Amino acid sequence: MEHYISLFVASVFVENLALAFFLGMCTFIAVSKKVSAAFGLGIAVIVVLSISVPVNNLVYTFLLSEGALSWTGISGAENIDLSFLGLLSYIGVIAALVQILEMFLDKYVPALYNALGVFLPLITVNCAILGGVLFMVERNYNFGESVVYGFGSGVGWALAITALAGIREKLKYSDVPGSLQGLGITFITVGLMSLGFMSFSGIQL
Amino acid sequence: MADATPKGVLTTPLFKNNPIALQVLGICSALAVTTSMSVSLVMTCAVIFVTAFSNLFVSLIRHHIPSSIRIIVQMTIIASLVIVVDQILKAYAYEMSKQLSVFVGLIITNCIVMGRAEGFAMQNSPKLSFLDGIGNGLGYGFILMTVGFIRELLGSGSVFGFTVLQPVQDGGWYVPNGLLLLPPSAFFIIGMIIWVLRSLNPEQVEENEFKMKANTEPKEAV
Repeated sequence: MEHYISLFVASVFVENLALAFFLGMCTFIAVSKKVSAAFGLGIAVIVVLSISVPVNNLVYTFLLSEGALSWTGISGAENIDLSFLGLLSYIGVIAALVQILEMFLDKYVPALYNALGVFLPLITVNCAILGGVLFMVERNYNFGESVVYGFGSGVGWALAITALAGIREKLKYSDVPGSLQGLGITFITVGLMSLGFMSFSGIQL
Repeated sequence: MADATPKGVLTTPLFKNNPIALQVLGICSALAVTTSMSVSLVMTCAVIFVTAFSNLFVSLIRHHIPSSIRIIVQMTIIASLVIVVDQILKAYAYEMSKQLSVFVGLIITNCIVMGRAEGFAMQNSPKLSFLDGIGNGLGYGFILMTVGFIRELLGSGSVFGFTVLQPVQDGGWYVPNGLLLLPPSAFFIIGMIIWVLRSLNPEQVEENEFKMKANTEPKEAV
């Protein structure tokens, strides 16, 4: 149990996808002008990450990794190594999941669908999702760990984007030098946030 | 860009319309792989290869792609190209592929590749699209190499692994600035580069939403 809590804390703070690994930066910068929009996107990322990381974990362990197909009972199956198809299958699984989630929300939770509407399709090409999945594969997480990691890294990303949006809302009223306006000052702000998040490094539960 | 010329297509993305600095595309990987120049160089080559060829292939079959599934088709083309790059790196430069870790895979979701395939290759001829891919890859690489240069030179006193500023640990005089090897510095450097590029091209400056008025009542300011 402690192992899982420690993994959760690490994935939220220490190894924050946005601020330590620069994942999902495009949307991170583009959608952080308003807190409400940033929060909506953050929730969507949490949902998609906590589903897609475990699902891709299953895909990897039961279909792609070396000898994974031995459960089919076909002779010679234990020698098949499909891991080179990894990238293609992960992105396919993510795209399909996002699509299913969109249809499901549209049918059963229209309020949430309207809130997230614009952001859901964007998430397919959000590097944070694929990045989370690839880290999960690289670090050989088991199923339980991948559930915790997916959820935790989603929370971390949402936290970072909401915080940045809060800062940017205030930043509108400050007098920034002309050519630093907009994008430039945002980068520097994110840099400072990242510096702040680095103080979490080394935390072990 | 209806009347795009081959030369213009190749050169505008470098400075005028840089994909990272102006369009804010593909910065995810730009920041993570720039701690040393050789890693940035490999990443640049990989991205140029993928953008150029994905643009070429998308453009070749652009009349046959039904518009409702075009994203999936583009995604598949890009993902296949990235797998090729990944396998080549693993086979011939294993150390490098370990250092780049997940970031080769993340070229798939690099917005530059997707953005150019969707925004340019779907409307233009294969030859122009190919050049556009190379141009955007170069524009991306330019920023990447600049950031890599600054970070490696000041962070560890070397360029491409060759020592330029002799660090103190080896009996030299230069005290390496460790901060430049850490994530935050990449954000600062990109912010600075944007600042410089926009000072040179004032028309790129974003409008301030809230204009500050001059203070006409100095008493209140105190």
